[in-house]
Amino acid sequence: MDALTLHRIHFAFTITYHYLFPQLTMGLALLIFVMKLIALRTNDPAQRERYDEASRFWARIFAINFVLGVVTGIPMEFQFGTNWSEFSRRTGGVIGQPLAMEGVFSFFLESAFLGLLMFGEKRISRKLHTLSAFMVFLGSWISGFFIIVTDAWMQHPVAYQQLPNGTFEVTSFWGLMMNPWAWLQYAHNMSGAVITGAFVMAATGALYLLQRKHEEYGRLFLKVGVVAGIASCIAQIFPTGDLHGKYMARHQPAAVAGMEGLFHSTPGAPIVLMGQPDVEKQTIDNPLAVNKVLSFLIYGTTAAEVKGLDQFPQDQWPSALPLLFYSYHIMAGLGTYFAGLMILAGFLLWRGHIYHARWLLWPILLSFPLPYIANTAGWMTAELGRQPWLVYGLMRTSEGYSKHVGPGTSLFTLLGFLGMYSVLSILWIVLVYTAIQKGPKAPVVDEGHDGHTLTTA
Amino acid sequence: MGTIWFWIVAAMLTIYVVLDGFDLGVGIVYLIVARTEQDRRKAMHAIGPVWDGNEVWLIAGGGTLFFAFPLLYASSFSGFYLPLTIVLWLLIVRGLSIELRAHTHDSVFMSLFDTTFALSSLILAVFFGAALANVIRGVPLGADNYFFLPLWTNWRTGPNPGILDWYTVLGGLLAAVALAMHGLLYLALKTRGALNEKSVAWAKKALPIVAILTLASVPATVIARPASLMHYQEHGLAWLAPAMVVVSLITIAISLARGWEWRAFIGSCTYLAAMLVGAAAGLFPVVLPSVGTEGQSITIDRALAGPHAVRVGLIWWTFGILLALGYTVTVYWLFRGKVPEHTEGYGH
Repeated sequence: MDALTLHRIHFAFTITYHYLFPQLTMGLALLIFVMKLIALRTNDPAQRERYDEASRFWARIFAINFVLGVVTGIPMEFQFGTNWSEFSRRTGGVIGQPLAMEGVFSFFLESAFLGLLMFGEKRISRKLHTLSAFMVFLGSWISGFFIIVTDAWMQHPVAYQQLPNGTFEVTSFWGLMMNPWAWLQYAHNMSGAVITGAFVMAATGALYLLQRKHEEYGRLFLKVGVVAGIASCIAQIFPTGDLHGKYMARHQPAAVAGMEGLFHSTPGAPIVLMGQPDVEKQTIDNPLAVNKVLSFLIYGTTAAEVKGLDQFPQDQWPSALPLLFYSYHIMAGLGTYFAGLMILAGFLLWRGHIYHARWLLWPILLSFPLPYIANTAGWMTAELGRQPWLVYGLMRTSEGYSKHVGPGTSLFTLLGFLGMYSVLSILWIVLVYTAIQKGPKAPVVDEGHDGHTLTTA
Repeated sequence: MGTIWFWIVAAMLTIYVVLDGFDLGVGIVYLIVARTEQDRRKAMHAIGPVWDGNEVWLIAGGGTLFFAFPLLYASSFSGFYLPLTIVLWLLIVRGLSIELRAHTHDSVFMSLFDTTFALSSLILAVFFGAALANVIRGVPLGADNYFFLPLWTNWRTGPNPGILDWYTVLGGLLAAVALAMHGLLYLALKTRGALNEKSVAWAKKALPIVAILTLASVPATVIARPASLMHYQEHGLAWLAPAMVVVSLITIAISLARGWEWRAFIGSCTYLAAMLVGAAAGLFPVVLPSVGTEGQSITIDRALAGPHAVRVGLIWWTFGILLALGYTVTVYWLFRGKVPEHTEGYGH
């Protein structure tokens, strides 16, 4: 393999693996804060202890994932310099800004308050402890924002000027931060993170109910998970997904044509629900399509013409077209399934049947890996759609890698990361599984003075 | 503006070394001074709430370096590709060892994580020292501002050096011993009983070695890169740094003899900071010196990002770093004092 391909695989592999952790922690951070808040606001001691213990339990799961996110995230920052040095040299004057801001504004916040959340419950007041949960949430969401500002600039460059020596520099700080692409992508991405958190929580609840253990917490987790799941699944499709798609169609028409598998410009373009793109023959094999829907989704009228790939020179087509097509369809298909499952679960929750509906608890349990797949597919859609550009329309991917780092060296470190991350995966599964099996502590009545106080065993 | 950013980056990396230095140091001496399970838990608990925050200074410092000096970032990170990747692997192993040890009760796994924690801390310290020595000595920059260093060559400094030569190995050794002492003094400060006594005893042994290696590093640096003295000759103020090094070494010696735990630790913080500031003063206004004939050294002016970026950056950076210092101080304040004899965290 040539150096460019190896550097691309290197980055794609390490970032895909890394993203398994923050998507969960960003979602869980919100849910933990909400549960801490409920515990703080309630006057019923039993309820308060239940929500406090639930927060403690999820904070433990959070901490495991957070550490894995940190240790797999450090290589990401390094790789801009190590594997993509030419890209860093030329664009550092722009994207260095959000990347440095992430370090200064969010990492300190997260790490300091996570220490307080994990170790400080007995040292600080209930309010301060809840505030710590909020700060951890805030830190992880700010972090996500700056990363997406960085990516959004590569997708849709704004507020820059190019110097004669080929480097870019930022001309307006606010222009960079207010990149509309960044805000649309951020909203879409964060609802995806909450979906992951909600599904993992609901699946844990379903597991406890199916196992008939920790049932009190099983019901609690299921309830919180389903409520958060419904909200985030709906937000994921409308408005965030819809708006993001429309914006993308306007600014990256070649990417949208690739995602939809639209080889030829068509008025009243159909949406292909399933099919297999054949790049050579420029057709979709075995398509399952609905007429005119694509035109309506993008332009709001069924007659509008959607640009196909034939409008673009072939050297500007997304380079991994079938992969782009499948990523997008997996993301969209799973997103639809999530919304359906959660709305059904929400209906049963409202009617009070859900805790005994084993036929539904099973799919909820088994669905927990799917948001990971959907979010990964979503990222791949965005990043593959941007190809062959590293910075859309300005700098090709083939110009950005470290030319002084040979393919053999890149392969060596890629193999090292593969080895290291496969061990990490095993440890991660064992740790999370053990923590979930151990479960929250059951509340017991304190034998102390007043006989009413509830504490943990 | 370039000078301000040079010292900002230098300050962030100095804070990183002073803070993460003591938890790396605890790792280096961990297997030697903390022999019983109870002592090991105490040692871990002494760094538990803060090590992650300490490491953030490295990430934030790296990010700031990228932001302010993109050319330097691109050149040095791709040039030091292999050692940096090894650093990444070690950081991963170390972070997991600390976290996983807290989550397991199986003695086999605990001793495994103890060993990986100690080893990764030791090698990281050596690598950080060697990395700094590489920057001080200079690298064979090409006309395109890039280079690629092999891990080792014939162990000599000169036009075609490797990552490891006699000078950078000396830097690595000095870093390992100095951080070990720093960690011992932190443990002495944070613990009671046998662990405290052992830490003090070992710190007394480490101090003379630190002093000898520090003295040796001065002529070694002048041999490896004679230009290091240039800035010192131009700016008399720079001599404050080596003076502080000597003062802090004496402070540590006196404090250890009299049992002043706080002063000894502060002395070691000052020692590390003064060493790094001294090194930065030797570099200034170069950020990556070139050896050999082809390239020219990367200076602050050549590497600095665009004027709008660094101007706006100064505003948000000042604001952000004040917040960060606020959280750091708060956490250290809340976890002040010695580690209690029986500690129980949030599932830790």
